[in-house]
Amino acid sequence: MLRLVRSCGRLTLRTLREMGRMGIFLGTTLIDIFRPPLQGGQLLRRIYFIGSRSLLLIVFTGAFTGMVVALQGYIALRRFGGEEALGPMVGLSLIRELGPVLSALMITARAGSALTAELGIMRITEQIDALEVMALNPIKYLVVPIFLAAGITFPLLNSVFVTVGIYGGYIVGVELLGGSSGAYFSQMSSAADSSDIWMGVYKSLSFGMIVAWVSCFKGFYAAHGAEGVSHATTQAVVMCAVLILVWDYFIGSVFV
Amino acid sequence: MIRLVNIRKSFGSQMVLSGINLDIPDRAVYVVVGVSGAGKSCLLKHLIGLMRPDSGQVWIDDIEITSLGRRALNRVRNRFGMLFQGGALFDSMSVYDNVAFPLREKTRKSEAEIRDKVHERLFQVGLAGVDAKFPSELSGGMRKRAALARSLVSDPEILLFDEPTTGLDPIRVNAIHRLILDLHQMLDFTAVIVSHEIPAVFSLATHIAMLHQGVIVESGSPSALQESNNPVVRQFMSGQLEGPIDVY
Repeated sequence: MLRLVRSCGRLTLRTLREMGRMGIFLGTTLIDIFRPPLQGGQLLRRIYFIGSRSLLLIVFTGAFTGMVVALQGYIALRRFGGEEALGPMVGLSLIRELGPVLSALMITARAGSALTAELGIMRITEQIDALEVMALNPIKYLVVPIFLAAGITFPLLNSVFVTVGIYGGYIVGVELLGGSSGAYFSQMSSAADSSDIWMGVYKSLSFGMIVAWVSCFKGFYAAHGAEGVSHATTQAVVMCAVLILVWDYFIGSVFV
Repeated sequence: MIRLVNIRKSFGSQMVLSGINLDIPDRAVYVVVGVSGAGKSCLLKHLIGLMRPDSGQVWIDDIEITSLGRRALNRVRNRFGMLFQGGALFDSMSVYDNVAFPLREKTRKSEAEIRDKVHERLFQVGLAGVDAKFPSELSGGMRKRAALARSLVSDPEILLFDEPTTGLDPIRVNAIHRLILDLHQMLDFTAVIVSHEIPAVFSLATHIAMLHQGVIVESGSPSALQESNNPVVRQFMSGQLEGPIDVY
């Protein structure tokens, strides 16, 4: 019994310590974002890495997500004779929910894990220490560009995901299943307003911050060689995915 | 002058440094030896603020660095260079960009001035003509020399070497030692070297100290250490299995 209490206490302390370190890391990064100079070259490199190189994956997953939603939606709506609501259904579910969440999860799997591994390897091979010895701020040099790049690329990739998804839904719902082309788009545009679009933008922006924060933190403080980097990468991906879903529910329930 | 005063450092329940006192004179080649895991690299990292002691002081001339904030510490770090055990070259950059990196980031030199300086340092370490290669394309010895060129490019007053010859064959060990000596004579920096290359470091050092179980057990000139009666030093110098140093 005593052993159980002790291990619970140890786990609680470790969790609190980790949360404190993550909070300090985020605070330091946010302060450093406003400190000149901006690492322009690093920022462009990160935008290319997170954004351009995720584009194909986002187009592919966006198209099939839209197609699946349209297919299942059409089957369900037909039972009630409501096929004309397919456009709003596909549009709203992609704009408000599926676009931000699934694009963020896809980018986490592709770029977030790679960022953790890259920073982790830099840590264990003392490249981050080398920056400190050169009197350079490693957070300013390595982490800030990732935060800024995530802030720029996540909403853009989300908009690509949603656009492609809507057209994917159109192909299935209209071209393959014979729904009305005019109703698909006109119903969608009358059902969705700017608040839905802003909701998607806010969500994807906040998911970008979560992925940048967790991925960088886990990589920056990776330890114990190759196994430590592998462990940090796994932790980063799992934690990003969980936080994205939790934050999605929170932001969705607060800003209905 | 670098002065360490009663430096203590532990990780969890493991005490690594338990009261280190050391005076390192200007322009010395000060070598710290000791068995693997004795805390030599940990000691070196205290000199440049990469680690902070649990207690004690680190003085660089008249500045005590353990209590400095980041900005003030960075001003002190500008006087340092460091050669890491694995080189710590940025693997996404070519050798040229690695060596040019501190100048591009820390100075307002023109690209032409940077090019001249980088080529000068690469020539001095015997790496002329490998500018375009990436660290992964270099041998262990070449990586160390490229890292040495990078640590020298800012003309540091104090250069720290963390096991500069680990993993190299005896010929390359001597070549790196000769290179450090030549560069020391040419550029007149203070060198603090952590090593366990016995007896090769004797030809290099002006001062030598032995770290064992968290304390300096002996220090002085290389000849004084070689003639020491301290059983720990004697066992370490001779490499014998029997003695006060617990091998396993």
